[in-house]
Formats: sequence, C-alpha cells, structure tokens
Amino acid sequence: MILLQVVVSGLLMGAVYALFSSGLTLIWGMMNVVNFAHGDFVMLAMYAAFFAFTLLHLGPVWFVPIAAMLLFALGVIVYLGLVRHVARGPMLAQILGTFGLALVLRYAAFWAFTADFVSLPENLVGGTFDLGGIRIQASRLLAGVVALVITLGMHLLLTCTALGSRLLAVAEDRNAAMLMGIRPDRMQALAWGLGGASTGIAGALIALFFYIAPTVGESLTLIGFVVVCLGGFGSVPGALIAGLAIGVIEALSAYLIGGVYQDVVVYALFLAVLWVRPQGLLGTT
Amino acid sequence: MITPGRALAIVGLLAIAVWPLAVQDVFLQRVGALVLLAAISASAWNLLGGYAGQVSVGHALYFGIGAYAGLVVYTEWGWPPIAGAPLGVAVSATLAIVVGLPTFRLRGHYFSMATIAAAELARILAANWPLLGAAVGLMGPPRPRTIADLSFTSPVPYHYLFLAVLLALLGLTALMQRSRMGYYLAAIRGGDRAARSLGVPVLRYKLYALLLSASFTSIAGTLYAVMVGFVDPDSVLGILVSVKMIIIAALGGAGTLYGPLVGATILIPLEETTNALLGGGGTGITYIIYGAIIVFVARFQPGGVAALWRHAAAWRARRAARGTHAA
Repeated sequence: MILLQVVVSGLLMGAVYALFSSGLTLIWGMMNVVNFAHGDFVMLAMYAAFFAFTLLHLGPVWFVPIAAMLLFALGVIVYLGLVRHVARGPMLAQILGTFGLALVLRYAAFWAFTADFVSLPENLVGGTFDLGGIRIQASRLLAGVVALVITLGMHLLLTCTALGSRLLAVAEDRNAAMLMGIRPDRMQALAWGLGGASTGIAGALIALFFYIAPTVGESLTLIGFVVVCLGGFGSVPGALIAGLAIGVIEALSAYLIGGVYQDVVVYALFLAVLWVRPQGLLGTT
Repeated sequence: MITPGRALAIVGLLAIAVWPLAVQDVFLQRVGALVLLAAISASAWNLLGGYAGQVSVGHALYFGIGAYAGLVVYTEWGWPPIAGAPLGVAVSATLAIVVGLPTFRLRGHYFSMATIAAAELARILAANWPLLGAAVGLMGPPRPRTIADLSFTSPVPYHYLFLAVLLALLGLTALMQRSRMGYYLAAIRGGDRAARSLGVPVLRYKLYALLLSASFTSIAGTLYAVMVGFVDPDSVLGILVSVKMIIIAALGGAGTLYGPLVGATILIPLEETTNALLGGGGTGITYIIYGAIIVFVARFQPGGVAALWRHAAAWRARRAARGTHAA
C-alpha cells in the first residue's frame, strides 16, 4: 500500500515536471535552442507566488495567473533581447547566452531574497485526503491535476488551433512558413512566452508544497532536460509521459534506496538514454 | 617576424613572470597565482571546447578528480598531495574514455547536457562517499612535513609552479595547433559530417582532444588542492567550477592560444576584488557579474577579446594599405 502511495505522489509531481518540460520542449522543437535557465524561471515563479501571498496578501487562486503572466513576459523579453540574436550565432554563444542568464537570475535571487529557504504556510491548501488507504496532501493533488490539465491544454493549443498550426509550421520549416505569410519571429517570441508561462504555472503550483530557495532551479533544469530527452525533442505528449515516468522513478528510488540517491538514478537514466537512443524514447528521426 | 600580436604576447608573459617580484603585497601576489591556476584549467577546457568545438559543461568532473586525488593520497597513505597528480590523471583519462566514447556520438546541445549530468552525478556520489570525506570534504597536511608537501605561506612559489605548468600546456597547445591534429580539430569544429567527408577520423581525434583536456584539467585540480589544502564536493565538483572555465576561455577567445590567459587576467582579479570588498556576501555579486559578462559576450561578441583584437588588426591593416596608397 505504501508503494502505491509512493507511485501516486510520484505521478502528481511528475505532472508538474511534465508541465514545465512541455515549455522547454516547445522552445527546443521550434528553434533548436536549449534554455539552460528554464529551472531558474520556475524558481522565479515560486518566489512570485510567495510574494503574492506575503506582500499582496492574495490567496492561492491568484498565484497561477500572476506567475504565468510574469513569466510569459520574461520569456518574451529574453527571446527579444537575447535568444533571437544568439540563435544565429555559434553553438558556444547559444549555450553561454542562456547559461549566463541562469547565473544572473540565480544569484540575483540569492542576493535579493537571501539563501534562506522559505515556504508558504502548509495549510494554505488544507488537509490530506484518504483515498482507499492512500493518503494524499490536498496541495499536491491540486498541483498534479492542474498541471495535467494545462499540459493537455498546451497539446490541444498546438494541435487543434490555427495559432498552434502557425507555431508548428515555423518549427517545421521557417522559410516555408514565411512564404505562407507567417512571421517566424513573432511565433518564436510567442513560443518563448508560452514556455515562460509553463514555468510560471509550474512554479506557482510547486510553491504550494515545496520549499523555495534560489538554488532550486539547477536541479529542475536538469530534470527538464531529462524529461525532454526521454520524451523526444519537441513533443508535448512525449514530455507528458516522460514527466510522469520521471516523477514515479524519482519517488520510487527515493523510497527504495534513499532520498540522496534519487537524482543519481534520474541522471544515470538520462545518460543511458542519451547513449542508447539520442532521439529520445518516443522520438523519431 | 615580430608582429604586434607576438610582441604583446612576449611583453605579457614577461610581466607575468616578474609580477610576484614587482609587487610586494601578498593579496596581489595571491591574485597572480590564482590567475595562472584559472588559466591552466581554462586552457585545458579550451583544447576540447575551443579548438574541437565540443562545449563541455562538465569539466568539473576532471578538476574534482584531480583535486580529490591529491588529498586522498595524503589521507589514505600520508603521501604529499602533489603525488596524487598521476592518480588523478589516470582516473580522469579512464573516465574520459568511458564517458567520452558514447557521448561523442551526440552533437551540439546534447553533448553539453550529457557532460553536465555526468559531472552532477560525480558530485552527488562524492558527497556521499566516506573515502572522500562525504559532504564535509578532505583536508591536506595541516603544516608542511617536508618540502614535498609544497605547503607555503607565500603565494610566490605557487606562482612559479603554476607558470611552469601553464607554459608547458600552452607550448603543447601551440604545437598541436600547427600539427595535423590542429587542422583536424578545426575541421571537427566546423561540423562532424563535413569533417568525416574530408576523411578526418572524427571520433578518434575528439577522444585525443578530450584525453589531453581532461588530463590537464585534472592536474589543475591537484594544483588547486595543493595550494588550498581543502576540497569539498561543491568547491571542486560543483557546476560553477565548469562554468568558470568556460566563461574565462570564452571571454578571452575560445579556440585561441592566449584567450584563456587573457580571460583569466580580466576575470580573476575582478572576482578576488569583489570578494575582498564585499566579504562572504560578495560571492553572489561575483556570479551576477560573471553571468552578465557571458550574456554580453554571447550577445555581442561571441569571439571574445581575441575577436576584438583581430578586428583591430584588420582595421590597422586597412589603414596602413590606405596610407601607402595615398603616398
């Protein structure tokens, strides 16, 4: 029964991983650029939720929209100010650009908010459910369900709307899309905005039950890479399945061999997948 | 022929050679030694990341192995820390082959991500391995037992030790640059597929570059452990150790001989000054500045200082040509 409980809590966390990784995979698929600051975006969203509560005295209902809008704006600004220019440059410039951004965000947070761990009050989304013997915190259940719904929404946006078709057209072939009257620059800015918003929502959800610190972004970035590589680059359904799988694997390894080794298992798995199937488990090409 | 570039290199190296004798201040002498140490590890990274264009973000793996090797031979067998250098190089080279061979099939970002994951894996394992002192780390000899411990209060001996290693590395790099390997690496940097179609044995030469790069990074790690006398997982295996090598090389000019030394000469004094001025709280500021610098380098001048120098040289050449034309 405990094993089942571990699996369920892993699935709920995995849904949040899937959410911010779907933003990472969208950016990646659109323009073949990796956002090394993706986890730090999530970290900023967690602080946004925290300050919305402590400074503005807003309830948890507001956390998601506020963080989503702030991070959408950040994504667009980062694209226009930095990524648009380095994307055409050499590989080293692409890596340095977003990596430098990660350092600036992480240590600016360090400097502004100090290294102390903070957290939202535990009873903000109160209580623990008992579902047939499985005990689940309400905050984790809420986070997992909302993340799942929004990830599916992102998939529907890409596959079932005209806007999604335009985005995918640019990802497929920039020049052909231009000939069809689509402006690639706008679509890519939008992809960065959506990528930012996905981290915003994910961060606001994680903040409900997780400690907040400037350094939390580093491991989240790596988890994002693992999920995207497993799921195949550019695939939102792939990110969803891989995110859920990583959540469960992480929870199981923490339970079976100890919390300090959960990252070891995830990173080792990542390397193994890169070595055996560089295109991802569900990827084609 | 004495070109402006060569003249500058000779003057610069001479200035570095007399620096600890010219300044009597211990802080400045220490900064000089740290510049050289950073230049060694960044030049070592440059062999793979600059010349071969394989951007590793996990070189802390080899730096950490070298650093831990230095102090493990002391804590386990009582050897002087510098005696750990061959052990560090052997372990680094072995791991370079184990990690490198499968990773080199990956191109671009995937290679960078794989190297981060490998280094993070090593950091977490070191932080939980009692032989390596787990999260607490290892200490070197508290006071020098013999001269072989290379434990000095003055930074000056370190300065010349590091300078000797750096000159050896730069000499080797210059030789490589002019050899067949230099051209092969340049072709690989231009693109795997194109290089292969020209008949370059891509995998083999990437591996040579990695072996050379990892060995010298490991030596830099051992030298760090010898000078500082203390290592822990974050200070030698943390992601910032890798990032620092990249920033220094990229600022000076990745894939150029003197780029890493130039980068270290700019960044290390900056870091030491902010740390000295702001105390412990300065670490955060230092990394904000570091991050801002690399964002700017990436955005406006991916070639670093070396590219500025080339532009200036081209401008001088044009002006000279115009001058002779007018006359």
